[in-house]
Amino acid sequence: MAKLPADFADLEPFTDWCLDTEDARFAKRYASNMDEMQAFYDAVFPRIQDALTYLDKFELEELSEDAFNLLLLYYSLCTISFPVEAWRQPRVPDAGAAHISNVLAPAV
Amino acid sequence: MAHFPKPAEGSWTQHYPDLSTADASYEDSISPEHYELERKAIFGKTWLNVGRVEQLPKVGSYFTKEIDAARSSVIIVRAADGIKAFHNVCRHRGNKLVWQDFPREEVSGTARQFTCKYHAWRYDLGGACTFVQQESEFFDLDKAKYSLADVRLEIWQGFIFINFDKEGTESLVEYLGPLAAGLEGYPWGEMTSVFKYKSDIGANWKLFIDAFAEFYHAPVLHNRQAVAEESRKLQQYGYEALYYQIEGPHSMVSSWGGMSPPKDPNMVKPIERELRTGLFGPWDKPFDIELPPSLNPARHKAWGVDSFVFFPNFMILVWEPGWYLTYHYWPTAVNRHTFEAALYFAPPKNATERLRQELAAATFKEYGLQDANTLEATQTMLESRAVSEFPLNDQEILLRHLHQTARAFCAEYVKTTPGAKPSPALV
Repeated sequence: MAKLPADFADLEPFTDWCLDTEDARFAKRYASNMDEMQAFYDAVFPRIQDALTYLDKFELEELSEDAFNLLLLYYSLCTISFPVEAWRQPRVPDAGAAHISNVLAPAV
Repeated sequence: MAHFPKPAEGSWTQHYPDLSTADASYEDSISPEHYELERKAIFGKTWLNVGRVEQLPKVGSYFTKEIDAARSSVIIVRAADGIKAFHNVCRHRGNKLVWQDFPREEVSGTARQFTCKYHAWRYDLGGACTFVQQESEFFDLDKAKYSLADVRLEIWQGFIFINFDKEGTESLVEYLGPLAAGLEGYPWGEMTSVFKYKSDIGANWKLFIDAFAEFYHAPVLHNRQAVAEESRKLQQYGYEALYYQIEGPHSMVSSWGGMSPPKDPNMVKPIERELRTGLFGPWDKPFDIELPPSLNPARHKAWGVDSFVFFPNFMILVWEPGWYLTYHYWPTAVNRHTFEAALYFAPPKNATERLRQELAAATFKEYGLQDANTLEATQTMLESRAVSEFPLNDQEILLRHLHQTARAFCAEYVKTTPGAKPSPALV
């Protein structure tokens, strides 16, 4: 069953990135390789403006499940943007075992 | 060559005659005896920020705060007649009163009253003991004598502070002084889209403040965050602040920005260009903000961010594009602390604004991870005592001031407390 709005059917192969906590998104990034993240980036990046045009039609608090999944997909794009655009590796260079947990985020 | 003017004395450091320009010792960050002094002289005596009023929206809202350096846990609660702080300890036999599953983990929620898990003693939101299990078994017990032990609490601009010094008389506003007075009126309470982060850091608490109180490191440690061309330029240019100010134990550094939006879009990464956001936050202000006098004190048009260090362990960073960030450093040992960061944005009006905040928060975390890890490397090498004197430059003035202030609090405590002995960092 489709997880995303029909207009974004081309992004369905990437819905395992629809994760609702920052820590989960970060964990998936650390568990992924660069090829996987590059493929995800190449698919979703060109559609940022389409996605935002679609999502901005709704009140944030009233997003349907598929629209919310689309937003989560783009939160994950934020999470992997540094590895793809700057680091060329999943981990933060020189960050070693350092760990910073997100303990609070806005409800949506 | 200087890019920005310095005071007439020739340097920011020499502008403040109490500050020396000599090499600095970091014994105060590695001596266990000194840490014991700091716990009592600093964390037992000064005003400590524990949160904001928005965390307690209605009567009965509460949260607990573990303050290991003061060997204490505190309940902060909104009672009918205002916000109160109590030691989180049952008056019967000393059990921790409010906790869930793990006694050392902080909790929050809403309550009508607090009931001890051990023998069901109950306290109302004002701390009064209202119920004692099998009260008649006690010996003329007067419940009125067994209220929760209160902790001094005062609020400044919605920031909740507590003070463990029962005899202290200095008010919060007096303590915070003119730097804070000059921040009053900023729309703190309107920034309700909040992201909070927490990390256990293997370094003395002052070392992380050091890292965030100077930007001398930024073009070097964080050089790969910028696009390559920009990174080369930044490193060549180095770092100079627009302005520094020291007021009593507190201090601030005013820094340039220029990244929000950047002069040349090629300075920033593709996703930042696409979303109009980045390390300095969303490029478009949420609403017009009139800057109070402590912000952008040099009134420079390149202003980007002001970082305030409110002694001992609370920082506020106000960013030009209209949002703010707080840091707290809670020591748990001489070489460990819990680091907390909170990003405060205006409520997003739509998905676009929300996504801009997400990227700003994600970017903060990338930088924070690099800073955090570097600290452990510093702590372990300081502890080797292979080198004991370290030169600090003029852009590191706030570090010099922080360590000097912390040592002065300890020295004063030793002087005024019978039986207290100076630590190796004080001799």
